[in-house]
Amino acid sequence: MTAHTTHATGVELVDYDDAVVRFDPVIGIEVHVELGTRTKMFDSAEQVFGAEPNTAVTPVSLGLPGALPVVNGTAVEYALRIGLALNCQIAETCRFARKNYFYPDVPKNFQTSQYDEPIAFEGHLDVELQDGTIFRVEIERAHLEEDAGKNTHVGGVTGRIHGAEYSLVDYNRAGIPLVEIVTKPITGAGARAPEVASAYVRSLRDIFRTLGVSQARMERGNVRADVNLSLRPTPESPLGTRTETKNVNSFRSVERAVRYEVSRQAAILASGGTVVQETRHWHEDTGITTPGRVKSDAEDYRYFPEPDLVPIAPSREWVEAIRASLPEMPAARRARLQQDWDYSDLEMRDVVNAGAIELVEATIAAGSTPAAARKWWMGELARTAKTTDVELEQLPITPAQVGELQALVDAGRINDKLARQVLEGVLAGQGSPEEVLVARGLEVVSDDGVLLAAVDEALAAQPDVAAKVRGGNLGPVGAIIGAVMKATRGQADAARVRELVLERITQS
Amino acid sequence: MSTISRDEVARVAGLARIDLTPAELDRLAGELDVIVQSVARVSEVATPDVPPTSHPLPMTNVFRADVPEPSLPVADILAGAPAAESGRFLVPQILEED
Repeated sequence: MTAHTTHATGVELVDYDDAVVRFDPVIGIEVHVELGTRTKMFDSAEQVFGAEPNTAVTPVSLGLPGALPVVNGTAVEYALRIGLALNCQIAETCRFARKNYFYPDVPKNFQTSQYDEPIAFEGHLDVELQDGTIFRVEIERAHLEEDAGKNTHVGGVTGRIHGAEYSLVDYNRAGIPLVEIVTKPITGAGARAPEVASAYVRSLRDIFRTLGVSQARMERGNVRADVNLSLRPTPESPLGTRTETKNVNSFRSVERAVRYEVSRQAAILASGGTVVQETRHWHEDTGITTPGRVKSDAEDYRYFPEPDLVPIAPSREWVEAIRASLPEMPAARRARLQQDWDYSDLEMRDVVNAGAIELVEATIAAGSTPAAARKWWMGELARTAKTTDVELEQLPITPAQVGELQALVDAGRINDKLARQVLEGVLAGQGSPEEVLVARGLEVVSDDGVLLAAVDEALAAQPDVAAKVRGGNLGPVGAIIGAVMKATRGQADAARVRELVLERITQS
Repeated sequence: MSTISRDEVARVAGLARIDLTPAELDRLAGELDVIVQSVARVSEVATPDVPPTSHPLPMTNVFRADVPEPSLPVADILAGAPAAESGRFLVPQILEED
């Protein structure tokens, strides 16, 4: 019996867990990344973000008559870096093509892209899932193209198209270099399809940053994902009809969009219907997809080779020089750091999942041991981040300060309990650990004279306990130590207090 | 036997946003057919060892350095716009979202 629910929008959905028992999901992901070059793909207009509209535009950006494109050599190098990092083959020669369609954000009435000759093809990326499983995603191609301008719809209630009276177009973004990375159908993920999709996009983001080819900021739209999904009865069945959900622009949304489409398509198929091949729109606020354009005749882009550009033929020397200069990839780096830090698989995974690798690394660089760095970031600081609902890296404390805090503990100037109070002060913006320690007078009382006075006082206050201890029964000694710790407001080293208590008793 | 049908011409014209009269469709179907058949004859001559050509010059790797040049002034950019608002091109309501 399959559980059906009807979404508030009237769309039938099958419970996700039931859907993946009855059907095998197949995903395909297209990721666009804006390259962080200084200028656009085919013209010298500067790449800007957040500038006044139409202030980074040349005749080429606008597609004015007679304007001629010239390829940005740096963008080609970045595309090669991406292709090589994704274990792709690099084309001996490849061309650009015109993808013809009419839309106001494409002023030339075509997008200059690559069609049947991508610069990189046939690669793969090994993606690490939350539990440490490695899942291989096969890459079909990575090609160079250009971004479109930005439409703003005016007059609608929501700023979306429906109800809009007119649109305003800004061409600052038109022509920014993009690399589009297309996977082969991703099979074998089963119920974990949403996780695989999200982990793949996250891995790509990390790689773009490591390669230095893009700032790869999801919230700025530097990285955008289109998610294809289809269902089939069994892994042996032919591929089913797919939908393409456009512009899913956060890791969490990728996961949610896959889940939603699995539930929606399962309901259609389970009731004997057929899935319509179409483009769908993702709604971040409601977590649903809605139909866009039905794929049809209108999507005949009439590609043909771009006559204004000559082919790109990357020499094998150039390709090998780039390959040799590639930085260590995130997965290899994680493996190396885990070994250096002597973390267990579970410990490392927690650090990775918390996004704390860089923080832990910097804390160790500041002089902390790997164990202490992990203790602070995954303990007290992770708890603070969770209760205040921020990312670890957004906490108002630097790795150097965490290192300083641990150094104070190592020097015996504060104990763990005092260290937590110092940390609290640092997080509250009261200064560096040293400053907070001095300002709050939190230093461990290491003056034996002060401690002995407190010990004598405690012994005098609890004569029966003192008598038992003197009689050789060390069991209740904790009560005396506790009293001393209380008297010194926790600022004593408990082990030293114990020594002093025993010393005092044997002396008397 | 014509290989280019009148319907095909109408479809391609639609994709290219070119409005053609029925008389123009008839004429163009015939003319395009001549062109396509001429190209087909070239294909007969071209053996598999002849690579497809997309550019008359035998050049590759013509690259530009990644150095910015000034933008056109906004006033010049918008000079040819039928309508503008807030420094942007104003276009009619877009019916389909892409």
